Order: sequence, then structure tokens, then C-alpha cells
Amino acid sequence: MVVIEDVTLTYGGAATAVTAVQGTTLTVGRGEFAAVVGPSGCGKSTLMRLVTGLVKPTLGTVSVDGALVTGPVKIAGMAFQNANMLPWRTVIDNVMLPLEIVQPYRSRYRAEKAQFKERAEALLATVGLGGFGHRFPWELSGGMQQRASLCRSLIHEPALLMLDEPFAALDAFTREELWCVMRDLWQRLHFTVILVTHDLREAAFLADTIHVMSARPGRIVLTKKVDLPRPRDLDVCFEPAFTDIVHELRGKIAEVRQA
Amino acid sequence: MNRIGEKLAPWLFTIALFVIWELVCRIFKINTITLPAPTVIYGAFVQHWWPIFTNSMVTLWTTMAGFGLAVVFGLILGIVVGWSRTIYRGLYPVMIGFNSIPKVAVVPILVIWFGIGEIPAILTAFLISFFPIVVNVATGLATMEPELEDVLRALGARKIDIMLKVGIPRAQPYFFGSLKVAITLAFVGTVVSETIAANRGIGYLMTLAGSSFQMPLVFAGLIALAIEGIVMYAIFAYIEGRMTRWAFRSSMNVAS
Repeated sequence: MVVIEDVTLTYGGAATAVTAVQGTTLTVGRGEFAAVVGPSGCGKSTLMRLVTGLVKPTLGTVSVDGALVTGPVKIAGMAFQNANMLPWRTVIDNVMLPLEIVQPYRSRYRAEKAQFKERAEALLATVGLGGFGHRFPWELSGGMQQRASLCRSLIHEPALLMLDEPFAALDAFTREELWCVMRDLWQRLHFTVILVTHDLREAAFLADTIHVMSARPGRIVLTKKVDLPRPRDLDVCFEPAFTDIVHELRGKIAEVRQA
Repeated sequence: MNRIGEKLAPWLFTIALFVIWELVCRIFKINTITLPAPTVIYGAFVQHWWPIFTNSMVTLWTTMAGFGLAVVFGLILGIVVGWSRTIYRGLYPVMIGFNSIPKVAVVPILVIWFGIGEIPAILTAFLISFFPIVVNVATGLATMEPELEDVLRALGARKIDIMLKVGIPRAQPYFFGSLKVAITLAFVGTVVSETIAANRGIGYLMTLAGSSFQMPLVFAGLIALAIEGIVMYAIFAYIEGRMTRWAFRSSMNVAS
């Protein structure tokens, strides 16, 4: 689904050039849940912008769905640490925003608005926000806003979902709740996910494959398969196999931070 | 202070100001030519109410015409400037330079171009009041969250989509906030122009009264201007509150 081949990205001019990622190679299969972890400032977010075509690599190639990425990919859903809801729209109108932009929904939007609305309501209900559609984002808690933000990134059924630390600003309990929401959504809809995170437990709980990035300039230094059986329950976090994975990742990150 | 006290405060403070003014005039026996007492000004109001009223209306409509032009052009230019960083960087110094010119200096030029009368007043009001609108609209557009832009661009949104769905609604609180500032500035512009070159309007009336030492009438003109300014400010503050209620409730902070 996503193939990043020997990609280097350099920002700025010749004198002040900053290399964000260097010689990165990464493959994510269709329907795979991939996580990217690494020390802060290692270019994880840059990787997301590369995959969605928001920035062009200086060297190397990125392809999504078999096609070379030359501009914004137009199929990706994105969610960030900040929910970024539009405060003048109700929750349901926020969730429906992608349908106003992405084809083929865009041209059918006026005619089929009622069906789209039902669909958005249904999606909101699956993340536990049933009946909150008519509220405004500022009437919701941070966790609820983040759920709505996930709905917005999924409403147009993207083949590719990019998550940039979407749970980082939440408290520990809400975060674990949302892991389960994410797990259920993914298991039901089976899109491809690239999750960028600092949280190793989050990566190990959700992902099929975890890629560890080195400090800037970022490179992939370790790719770890997570073989824990699915569906995973939160209790899996307390099993030895799980803690072993987290431990190994932690060791690797400590090592690359030293270097 | 309770809630009623808070509501009454503006009135109490205004009344207190006039009372102190009156007392100072009486205790120190200040000459009416220097500073007329509020009661004397009120007398002038009653005596000359018709010329004050008609000239106020002239000032009001020229101000509104200039302000209307400022809203239209300010909005267009603000959107253009906020549209791209290149235009923003290119136009900003020019606008700063333009805004630094005292508008009094422009009035004689306008008079040479358009003659004495309402047109220089309208244009001065326009020139002085469109700058805050441009700056605010451009700021509202330029401070869009980059992540939000990424979300939309990753969906294949064009620049125009991003502007219509996010930029322009987002800039609304900035725009309506700037109207309050712009309307009071527009009054300044009109009166400056009327004082220099006009044959109608409050500014003209005050110059005329001043030249014949009718100080109570000059001050009556000033008070009339202040009242018009307050009323227009209140109207636009009300419109702002109605149009952008979400901005006052959400965490998004807006500079006015």
C-alpha cells in the first residue's frame, strides 16, 4: 500500500539545511496497522507529510497504492494530537467536512446530504458519541473531541489513515479507551494505518508492525513484528510477551538517543 | 459589585464626569470661551438643535459611505493579502507606509482632485478606516492552524476550498472585531476632512463656530460626535456578538 524507498528530505537553503529524514525505506502492506516510534524531533511527522504528498522528498520515491506520489494523495484521512475541530460547525458538520471536499462525495453532497448525515451519526455512535452530533466542539471534553476528530478522518472511508500522536494530549484512562475505539474501527473497516507515536505501549497494543526511527536525521533502525493474537484486549498489556516487546523497543530507542 | 451595578456603571461614570466638569467650571469660574460648562453646552444644544442635527446627519452619512467603502475594499484586500505569503510579504510594507501618512496631509490633495464637499470627507473616512479591516482579515486568514490545512490538503482540497470552508469563517471574528475600531476611525476621518474643506457637516460647523468664538456650540458639536461614535460602536459590537457567538465560547482567542 505504502512504499517509501530510500527517501531523504532536506529543509531550507544550502547554508541552513536541515535533514529531517535520510535514506529511509519503509513498506506498509494493505490493511496493515503500522506504527512509527522514535525519540522526539526524529522526523516522524515529516514522514507523514511525505506519505500524504504534502511535501516532496529531496531524494528517493514515495508511492501509495501503486502510484508514485507527486502531490497530495487525496485519499488519506488524517488526525493529529490537536483535534482541530472547527468551532463554528456542530460536531456532525465537522465530521462531514471531508465529504464536502473529496470526490465522489463532493458532487453528490447536496443531493444525498440526508444519507451522509445518517452515516456520520452512525459513525459517531460507534465511537460513543451517539446523540452528540448537534453539539458544538467546545461543549465536548478533549477525549470526545478526539473521537470526533477520528470520525472526521474516517467518514470518507479512506484507504489510508495517518495518525500523528492522536492520543498524546489525553489522560491515561481516556487514552486506553480510545485505543480500543481505534482497534474496533480498524478491525471493522480494515483500512491501512500509519500511527506516529511516542507511546511504546500504544504502538505495541495497536500495531502489526512497529518501525523505530533514529534521532535526526531520521532513519528506520528497527522493524519489529507484533505477533500478539487478535482481537487484543487491554489485559494483553500485562502479559510477558507484550512487556518484552515494549522493553526491546525501549532499549533500542535509548540506544539511538545515545548515538 | 453586583450585576445591576455593572450595568449601571457606564451611566454613573458618564454622569460623574459631567458633574465634575460642571463643578470645576463653577468653582474656578472658568471663562466660557476657554471651557464652557456642560449646562452651557446643553443650552447651545437646545438653541442650535436644528443646525447640529442636520450637520450631524451629513457627517453620519459621509462616515457611513466611507466606512462602507472601507468594508468592501478592506475585505477584498484582506483576503488577497491573507491568501498567499508572497502577497502578504510584498504588500505589508506598502500598507504600513501608507497607514503612517497622517490623513490630514491627504485632504488638500483630495480637495484638489474632487473639490470641496462630501467626497473628500468620504474618501478620508475610507482611507483611515480600511487599514484595520485589512490587517484583521489578513491575520485571521494567515493564522490558520497548519495541521488543519494539512488535513484538507491531504483530502485533495484546493486553495479555494480551504479558504471557503475554513479561512473565511475563521476570519469572521477578526473581521467583525475590526469593524468596531474602523467605524470610530471613520468618524475621525470625516471630521478631519470637514474641518479643513467642507461646507456642511459637524466638522465644518465646529470650525465656523470656533471662528466666531461660539465655544458652547463647538463643544456641542464635539458631544454630538461622541454620541454618534458611541451609538455606531454599540451597533457593531452587537452585530459582532450576534455573528460570531462561537468565537466567544470556544477557546480561540481573537485580537480586536
